[in-house]
Amino acid sequence: MLGALFPTGHDRRLIPQARLTGPMPWVIAVMLFLTLLAAAAALALGSAARQINADLAGRATVQIVNADAEARQKQALAAEALLRSDRAIAGVTQVSEAEVRALLTPWLGSGAVSRDIPLPALIDVDFRAEADGATLTRLRRAMRSVAPDARIDAHGQWLKPVFDLIGTLRWLAIALVALLALATTASVMLSARSSFAAHSETIDIMHLLGSTHQQIARLFQRRIALDAAMGALIGCLLAAPVLWMLGRAAARLDSGLISAGSFGPIDWLQLATVPIAGIALAVFTARVTVLGALRKKL
Amino acid sequence: MAPSVESIVQFENVGLRYGTGPEALIDLSFTLFSGQFYFLTGPSGAGKSSLLKLLYLAQRPSRGMIRLFGSDLMTLARDRLPGFRRRIGVVFQDFRLVPHLSAFDNIALPLRIAGMRDADIATPVREILDWVGLSARGDALPATLSGGEQQRVAIARAVITRPDILVADEPTGNVDPDMAVKLLRLFEALNRMGTTIIVATHDVHLMTRIKRAQMMRLEGGRLSDPTGALRYPPRPSDMTGWADMPGKPGETR
Repeated sequence: MLGALFPTGHDRRLIPQARLTGPMPWVIAVMLFLTLLAAAAALALGSAARQINADLAGRATVQIVNADAEARQKQALAAEALLRSDRAIAGVTQVSEAEVRALLTPWLGSGAVSRDIPLPALIDVDFRAEADGATLTRLRRAMRSVAPDARIDAHGQWLKPVFDLIGTLRWLAIALVALLALATTASVMLSARSSFAAHSETIDIMHLLGSTHQQIARLFQRRIALDAAMGALIGCLLAAPVLWMLGRAAARLDSGLISAGSFGPIDWLQLATVPIAGIALAVFTARVTVLGALRKKL
Repeated sequence: MAPSVESIVQFENVGLRYGTGPEALIDLSFTLFSGQFYFLTGPSGAGKSSLLKLLYLAQRPSRGMIRLFGSDLMTLARDRLPGFRRRIGVVFQDFRLVPHLSAFDNIALPLRIAGMRDADIATPVREILDWVGLSARGDALPATLSGGEQQRVAIARAVITRPDILVADEPTGNVDPDMAVKLLRLFEALNRMGTTIIVATHDVHLMTRIKRAQMMRLEGGRLSDPTGALRYPPRPSDMTGWADMPGKPGETR
């Protein structure tokens, strides 16, 4: 199968190639290197968005703010009972006062978080699925009668600006991949046209000896396939250590957000399709360009 | 012409114009028959090369009708043209060898285009190389061959597929008289096997060597004989006005 993709000895003699001394493999190598980085960024951002979403979108915190400790505790119990009875909710955990105090201590100091300062009652809620707007509205309405001082905060809503930024960056990375594909197409088109012009005499002879347009196009496709394969190999060899180093640096940060963006096997597989897609794009572009030029001949 | 012989090329009121210039060929109507030998003559600029271009499908006519192998070329689908071209061998006046292919590979090119496997190519190519006296020069690039050797490679390439029609533009212009006779014998042998031969030449000596050849003469883009062809070797009277040409009647080149 690969034999059909690359030129035979005779094809190589018919349309001589410059190989690595020519610019084409290097242009494709650079394009592919940049495409791999942009694709890796898009995949990492997508993975991060999914991971964060999975962690936070199904969670909420119910906060009951009332200075009267007794009333606050009463509302907290009522709210807990209401939440436990709701089918949309998988789990309810009352956060103890000691835990709330421990959470606030780093910000307010141990002296400030004394027993004299009223602290809100907190209830962690795990939904069965993503906490959508309708579910939250229904719960808020039900909560009003049993715990009027309760406020429900969906975790997903806090991080909406972060999600939006990740989404924008991801689309930017995808747009970069598309632009690089476009630039690769343009370079291959220019290369195929110049090669076609350089070998116009040979093409005319082949044409008059009975070559079909497909036979002639195949010569150029195979020539570009070899250039693209070499370029892809160089691009991958350049990109692999860069991606590996970035992955290591991200792992060392040990931040929830960044580690969520690390690659899984599926991501690596998707990245592996980039050079293959690059070669296919180059071959297809060369074919279309040469067939277009041949259409002007009889 | 024997009525049983099949017509292979038919021109009816064919005209050819390049761009907006005057017509290079005007109202050509003739029929060529399968298995015949034709010489195409005429002064420089008469339109011989233009007529040959129509015959080897490098040009479409501006008007008129051409039938080739029984098909109307004006209505023929483009994707059928390569198949037609493979049935026509061409010896170009300027040889048109692929400069970076050896003599062997140039000769093998039509066979490779026709899809023949490398294993089957070597024997016929070596045979024809031997025939044209270039068996020792198979690996030579065209630039290292003399004009005569290049011409012989071009002829070998044109005949290697045993085409139905062989179109040759001054095929012996660069070879010595002995080789010219030898090449002519090759054309005759092909002709005896059924190939229709059309040779454009100024070489009267060459024309008189093929006794059963017919002659077509072009002047100013028209056939000088409106019946299309002169039967049998040209007479000295056919050669009048050829003073500007390299091969005068009776002159051996």
